[in-house]
Amino acid sequence: MAENEKIIEIEVLRYRPEQDKEPVLQTYKVPFTDDMSVLQGLQYIKDYLDGTVSFRWSCRMAICGSCGMMIDGKPKLSCKTFLRDYYPGGLRVEALAHLPIERDLVVDATDFVTKLESIKPYIIPKEPRALEQGEYLQTPQQRDMYEQFSSCINCMLCYAACPQYGLNPKFTGPGILALMHRYNADSRDGGQAERNELGYADEGYWGCTAVGYCSEVCPKGVDPANAINQNKMNSAINYFTRFVTPGGAGK
Amino acid sequence: MKRSNEPIFWSLFGAGGMLAALIGPALVFITGIAVPFGFVFSPDTMSYAHMLAFSQSWAGKVFVLAVIALFLWHAAHRIHILLHDFGVHAVTAVRVLCYGGAFAGTVIAAYTLLMIKA
Repeated sequence: MAENEKIIEIEVLRYRPEQDKEPVLQTYKVPFTDDMSVLQGLQYIKDYLDGTVSFRWSCRMAICGSCGMMIDGKPKLSCKTFLRDYYPGGLRVEALAHLPIERDLVVDATDFVTKLESIKPYIIPKEPRALEQGEYLQTPQQRDMYEQFSSCINCMLCYAACPQYGLNPKFTGPGILALMHRYNADSRDGGQAERNELGYADEGYWGCTAVGYCSEVCPKGVDPANAINQNKMNSAINYFTRFVTPGGAGK
Repeated sequence: MKRSNEPIFWSLFGAGGMLAALIGPALVFITGIAVPFGFVFSPDTMSYAHMLAFSQSWAGKVFVLAVIALFLWHAAHRIHILLHDFGVHAVTAVRVLCYGGAFAGTVIAAYTLLMIKA
């Protein structure tokens, strides 16, 4: 460590199912330099202070979506958050809110993954196309319709931010509804009717009360609140016109 | 998955919000400030005779009903969701109070307007 090193106190929410009845806080004094992220602080703890602390991480550069946690009560990627911003005070890191804790800072993502699979997060071609017909063409304007929503890295920060998901985990939630919009809004896709059966339900777009914190915490600039609001409009139009539009009533 | 009936309430909420944003402040200014103080409009603009004449025309009736009913539905939905976000989850009671109130207000306004004969 450099000579100008400072010490910061990191409180970590521990939960070791074999010994803790409920999560408890444990404080570590961590020497740090100005270029160190919260993730690096945790790695210091694991390497030098307490090898039993568990947390997920992989890329260290805000693209894998593994290291999301509550940092002083706000959902953040720990690799994109710097210790210097909390000094001279300390900081508290906890597992992502609204999700069951598996161990320490590791949450159980089963619900998220199951929901993600259920929305068919892939392009369902409008019409089948033979190889010799070439690729599906798309204009830049058509791409702009969905591009920002395709930046999602599945980090679940928006799930920790969403009060509706916290109240009712049956709600599909911001990130996955934004991804649903990403595919529905793609000019090459024809899967809207299949996906909107969920979208038009109470568990879909209508579970949202437009709080908007999801869009604020997204580390990739995705705006799930906007995706949901656009689809509330689509869903409402479909609700009132479904009996006069061919195929509007869905399956 | 069951299709949600939320579009009914959301559409009324949206229409009310749009109307409130477009003409709400102007209405407050005209009815609350400009007319009583006699700026721009003469102080008798909203006299009983003028208002009666306004609500005797069909266009006037539609306007008054839209302003009252849509504002009420907007407020009902907003309060309902706000209570939910603040942790009041007596869903049925809150819904009955909010939407029931807006419905009652709509019926009373419509009935009263229809009773105003030319």
